Amino acid sequence: MKLYDKVFPPKTITLANGKQIKKPRSRMPLVVLVLLAMTVISVRVTGFNMTVLVTRIREFFVILDEMIPPEWSYMPQIWQPLFDTIKMSLLGSFIGSVLVVPFAMLASTNIIHNKIVVSAVRLLLSIIRTLPTLVSALIATYVFGLGTLAGTTAIAVFTFAYIGKILYEEIETVDMGPFEAMEAMGATKTRAFISAIVPQVLPSYLSNCLFCFEGNVRYASILGYVGAGGLGIILNEKIGWREYASVGMILLALFVTVFIIETISRAARKRLV
Amino acid sequence: MNERIAKAYEARPKRWIFELAVAFVVIALLVWSGTAVETAGTTQSGAVIAWNILKGIFHPDTDLLFNFTTQGVPYLLLETICIAFLGTVVGAIISIPLAFISASNLTPKPVAFIGRIAIMAIRTVPAFVYGLMFIRVTGPGAFAGLLTMSLCSVGMVSKMYIEAIEDLDVHVLESLDAAGCTTWQKIRYGILPQLMPNFASTAIYRFDINLRDATVLGLVGAGGIGAPLIFAMNAYRWEEAGAILAGLIVLVLIIEWISTKIRVKLARG
Repeated sequence: MKLYDKVFPPKTITLANGKQIKKPRSRMPLVVLVLLAMTVISVRVTGFNMTVLVTRIREFFVILDEMIPPEWSYMPQIWQPLFDTIKMSLLGSFIGSVLVVPFAMLASTNIIHNKIVVSAVRLLLSIIRTLPTLVSALIATYVFGLGTLAGTTAIAVFTFAYIGKILYEEIETVDMGPFEAMEAMGATKTRAFISAIVPQVLPSYLSNCLFCFEGNVRYASILGYVGAGGLGIILNEKIGWREYASVGMILLALFVTVFIIETISRAARKRLV
Repeated sequence: MNERIAKAYEARPKRWIFELAVAFVVIALLVWSGTAVETAGTTQSGAVIAWNILKGIFHPDTDLLFNFTTQGVPYLLLETICIAFLGTVVGAIISIPLAFISASNLTPKPVAFIGRIAIMAIRTVPAFVYGLMFIRVTGPGAFAGLLTMSLCSVGMVSKMYIEAIEDLDVHVLESLDAAGCTTWQKIRYGILPQLMPNFASTAIYRFDINLRDATVLGLVGAGGIGAPLIFAMNAYRWEEAGAILAGLIVLVLIIEWISTKIRVKLARG
């Protein structure tokens, strides 16, 4: 940014009392230029074409049209996979968010003063977080066979990485007074952590876990696509057979479920924080 | 001294019935969800398979990783970035009117409610369903992926935009009003400076997520790095999958680092 100020020197304004102040030029042109360049490259690479979009957008609604009205008689067959999806995300979220607690503790700079440990754990969390959920689900299906266990594992892995990052950031912002006091009194690190840090981070931790669970229910419906159990399996099947009315019913059931879970979890989160 | 502490401790709020009930519900839910786990599919060779997969992933195929034709990892990554970038831009633009309609402090309650339901419905439909719909429009390829990404982004982005709009500080507008500003001046100096950093930060965050989720598009053949990755994994070519994954992970980490920097700068002004 120093260079930018040299190329476009800041505007000098003389105030009424003779004092001179410098107003740096707006960075906006630079930002716009970069964004425009990226847009042009992206349009080239992806073949974005407005004419195609405008003339053929009607095709988009063909499938949507067939989904409405949904096939109501298909509902009885949806219950089982729907509950599987909820169970998968519930258990996966729980396992992931419980397992990550010690790792989050190891990744917080205010508790562990060893830089190597902190960066190693953080790198591990980052790598797990960037691993696409679909890939971990696919690997899990090879290990555990097709079914809900693979989906549960994939969700647990995702929750582990997601909650881990939020939790160590949360731990780093707590008031360290009680922790130091307990350590000074001779408590071990774990003991001090449980008594001094946990009460401070618990409400936001639970709130984040609930939020993650909400997202996981939605995400779990994709996992079935690679054979990891749940709604995705029948969704994939019905799309394959082009029975879009049934697909519409599945999506409607998923929507209602997500809506109910979100409402409950939002109410719970409001009480927590 | 100790007595007072003991007394205060005795007088602490006791909500054990509530806590017991919550614990009971949570345990019941966990037991219920535990019934879904079927271990029948797990074979003895699971560990061996896992070991082979890891071995492959940690020995990435370097030919593919440094192959600069359109088949190689660098080009696929570029394509993925482009899909994610343009998808985020289009999604963010669509989200703006949607968010203003659904912000409950600007529009009447029923309208805002309908807007929110619509946003939730958009968010619930899995990405690959959108992918299939858009492939009908554009044919398979990066263009379909881009459109899918943009529609998927709308859900989260507009939700966060709504929150930003609802947090608007109206006092600024009132003082601008008192100073005799016109509507456009009020928007320019009262609303935009409050919303822009927030909107930009949300869009950058979503770009991060889109990059990470780009693999999903590969399922339906909507371009990007997903399809080669899934093909490689389905064909047990783990070295190839390892090369693609290595590229993707490094890219995502770099982009995440840059985007966090920019967002911190935006938040602090």
